[in-house]
Amino acid sequence: MWNYEKRLQYPVKISETNPKLAQAIITQFGGPDGELAASMRYLSQRYTMPYKEVTGTLTDIGTEELAHMEMISAIVYQLTRDLSIEEIKASGFDKYYVDHTLALYPIAASGMPWTATYFQSKGDPITDLTEDLAAEQKARTTYDNLIRLCAGHAEIVDPLRFLREREIVHFQRFGESLRIVQENLDSKNFYAFNPEFDCH
Amino acid sequence: MSGQPCKKEMLDHINAVSFSALEAQLYLNTHPCDKCALESFYECNKMRNKALREYATYYGPLTIDTATASCSDRWNWIQEPWPWQEGGC
Repeated sequence: MWNYEKRLQYPVKISETNPKLAQAIITQFGGPDGELAASMRYLSQRYTMPYKEVTGTLTDIGTEELAHMEMISAIVYQLTRDLSIEEIKASGFDKYYVDHTLALYPIAASGMPWTATYFQSKGDPITDLTEDLAAEQKARTTYDNLIRLCAGHAEIVDPLRFLREREIVHFQRFGESLRIVQENLDSKNFYAFNPEFDCH
Repeated sequence: MSGQPCKKEMLDHINAVSFSALEAQLYLNTHPCDKCALESFYECNKMRNKALREYATYYGPLTIDTATASCSDRWNWIQEPWPWQEGGC
């Protein structure tokens, strides 16, 4: 179960509106390497994970990703609040507006709605953790790209830099998790059996 | 408002100690026997719980566990702005 804290993990205070940048940043809400996919990936993978260190890591990072999803949503919300119909037309936000008005909806920058096909929960710890390591790097690259796009907008870049840094920390923790998994396997043949299936 | 601690300073402190506690928590999952990290977690968590209770008495609850910290005859959980709103945390 979960408890809600009525604060963001790191503050988001953006005074400007900028629907053009919002349409790019929303990809970290509902895009292929976004926070929603990250959270669902880790929280789905953890049930069959046989090693307690790794189950804990998946649970706690999966939970932190929900807090990141809230930060991204806050950025998008603040960048699109009180838009006039002229601003909506001029910025190209009209295609989003017609379906969602100014509400939050998980889509990629391309407009593709969020889908569970963005992640895998494979039931093999080496496979899943290798995906998790890649996912953190893909998210880091996305933040690098967003930070370049948002250059000169300090209030937007600041929380994006925080989120980028978290990808690096999570990559480190998943690397340690993969090491722990391998230490529990036959060091001469990591693939001798699948500890999530063959070890009952 | 003299006598009342600064809201922003309190919140910055809560964010800082919560972040430190979370960092220790994630690290401890893969290093459960690290005494230094354990100590850091206990210390940060203690400061966090204290700060959350203090904040709730002045500015309303940030967690449901501190929702009754300020004795009041109304439900305070929904009174203060939500985190994404103007004046929120």
